[in-house]
Amino acid sequence: MFPSKWLTLYSMNEAILEKLKVLAESAKYDVSCASSGTTRKNIPGGIGNAQGWGICHSFTEDGRCVSLLKIMLTNHCIYDCAYCINRRSNDLPRATFSVSELVELTIEFYRRNYIEGLFLSSGVVRNPDYTMERLVRAIKDLRTVHRFNGYIHMKSIPGASEQLVREAGLYADRLSVNVEFPTEQNLKLLAPEKDHASVYKPMSFIQQGMLENKEDRRKFRSAPRFAPAGQSTQMIVGATSENDKQILQTSAALYQRPSMKRVYYSGFIPVNSYDNRLPALKQPPLVRENRLYQADWLMRFYEFKVDEIVDDRYPDLDLEIDPKLSWALRHPEVFPVDVNKADYSLILRIPGIGVKSAKLIVMSRRYAKITGSALKKMGVVMKKAQYFITCNELPVHTVHEASPEYVRKVLTEKKLPKSKQIDQQQLSLIFE
Amino acid sequence: MIVFRYDKTYEGLLTAVFDAYFRKTFPDKLLGTDDIEPMFAEESFTVITQSDKAARVWKSLEKKLSANACNMLTYVWLSEEEGSDELLFQYIRKTVDSKRTIETNFADEVVLKVHKLAMKVSKERLRMIQFVRFQKAADDVFFAPVSPDHNCLPLAIDHFQDRFADQKWILYDTKRDYGFYYDLKTVTEMTLETSALFPEGKLDEALMAEDEKLFQQLWKTYFKSMAIKERINPKLHRQLMPKRYWKYMTEKQ
Ligand code: SF4
Repeated sequence: MFPSKWLTLYSMNEAILEKLKVLAESAKYDVSCASSGTTRKNIPGGIGNAQGWGICHSFTEDGRCVSLLKIMLTNHCIYDCAYCINRRSNDLPRATFSVSELVELTIEFYRRNYIEGLFLSSGVVRNPDYTMERLVRAIKDLRTVHRFNGYIHMKSIPGASEQLVREAGLYADRLSVNVEFPTEQNLKLLAPEKDHASVYKPMSFIQQGMLENKEDRRKFRSAPRFAPAGQSTQMIVGATSENDKQILQTSAALYQRPSMKRVYYSGFIPVNSYDNRLPALKQPPLVRENRLYQADWLMRFYEFKVDEIVDDRYPDLDLEIDPKLSWALRHPEVFPVDVNKADYSLILRIPGIGVKSAKLIVMSRRYAKITGSALKKMGVVMKKAQYFITCNELPVHTVHEASPEYVRKVLTEKKLPKSKQIDQQQLSLIFE
Repeated sequence: MIVFRYDKTYEGLLTAVFDAYFRKTFPDKLLGTDDIEPMFAEESFTVITQSDKAARVWKSLEKKLSANACNMLTYVWLSEEEGSDELLFQYIRKTVDSKRTIETNFADEVVLKVHKLAMKVSKERLRMIQFVRFQKAADDVFFAPVSPDHNCLPLAIDHFQDRFADQKWILYDTKRDYGFYYDLKTVTEMTLETSALFPEGKLDEALMAEDEKLFQQLWKTYFKSMAIKERINPKLHRQLMPKRYWKYMTEKQ
């Protein structure tokens, strides 16, 4: 016979495997994967460091970055959000990690270079503060008892008290509270237990905590850091009636807070198709989701204002072409741009030129005039850019001679079957 | 055609630069010491590697180039790509001959090529940092075999030393048969006596720590359950995580 010690060890392994499966399944629909925004050196005797940029340690078969161990402490929930698999009215396997199980899993995964750190969330048990307290206890344990120094992203529970949010900020690199939908009306429709106050209040606690911490650290350099990677949030796209203008305006308003680092857009995946408050979708709206990310990039890295991207006349993003090209075709008067003279910010607006090539252009043109072939080598997509630029020797056939309609037609001509095309659009965030 | 022969080391290449300026003849082709002479070589010169000459060339480069550009040259050397030594030679020559630094003149083909090749190596360095998988051995050493296209492992050691400072580890390049061992204090370069320790990329089970199999299994389970099946996209998957790295990745084994 086996010694009984082995038997218990074996059954514990089985149990933890099962729990991991259940709790990972439950957490996976949250898309905010980035572990970026902080650089932290390892502390002596501690495990790990956090790089300033998110490192993806693996990619799922659907192509999402696996950077953090994204897991729920429990998937039991007393709420009944229509879009969530963990809602109380669903009959699915439920599990709860103990703090020590979660801690061991995180540390052992980290030591094997599987992950950058932990992304922890939870269903609501009993009440928001009770749940929040358990989450805080887990990350406090990781940091203080086990000296874990990897990245921690924790989802704040809507409606959690200021005190607990403040405490979470001492151990987490990033905190997040999901907005879910731009309008409160839709939030209440699909998540009857939540309202805007329960979301925006914790958000401002985080903002407040960061501001005060900044002040403290000016006075005492050794003051502990508060959520050094700021906060993020997420909106679900395609489950409700909001148009892209409403979504992007909400994002733009959120980015007004200096602590708000990222807004994530999650194409609605119909997990509870029986609920008739939700639209019946065959496929999650992936192209729309990608266009929203591109628009978000335009706001953050390309110096676009939200109303340049969407307005009352164009409340929705064009699914056929990227938002930068779409803007350029609506504004032919800006073009052609002379790449040898124009400001960096104007060069950034040329379709087919990304941040990288724009920088290369501005650096190189100090040496000599830039030619068409040099542009190509710098990574400019001439197929697109040719209609919007002049450079020394290029034939003049700009968007004016060709007309915006023609350019649009040429650039959207279909060479692949439709299904493949969507795949490709999904690939890149870069404006080529 | 003028041919220079050298011992295919970085120092050797820098010595070749020194000799070329001294002799005032510049090679059209760089060959290894034992490579076959091309038929139409008019002149062949054999470089004898000397570290003081190499150091002088490097010093003068450091004076003219930014630290970043100097690093880039090392990256290009470690690319081990065919012709990368000739490319470096051209770049160094351009740098020496020009009054001001050429490093941001990307309209120059050589500058752009060096930049791109360095980026390629840097990308693979990042892939090491991403995709390395440690397996814990019974003696508490974490072991990770790799086989990168470029010789980029040395460039990633700093990262691993900082991150995994409190565990012993070995990172081993099976293609080039050498690696690095960290003993909680310092990192040493080493070569294993046998490669039979890791059949098919996995540590021999007899050598594994007690809980190693469990954590591998947990990680595989986690990886599988993270996929959203409505969105499966194999092409994108392979683009982000190229197949040639799968051999040593636990979740793909
Ligand atoms: S609160 Fe709503 S979204 Fe969160 S786990 Fe519960 S049901 Fe799901």
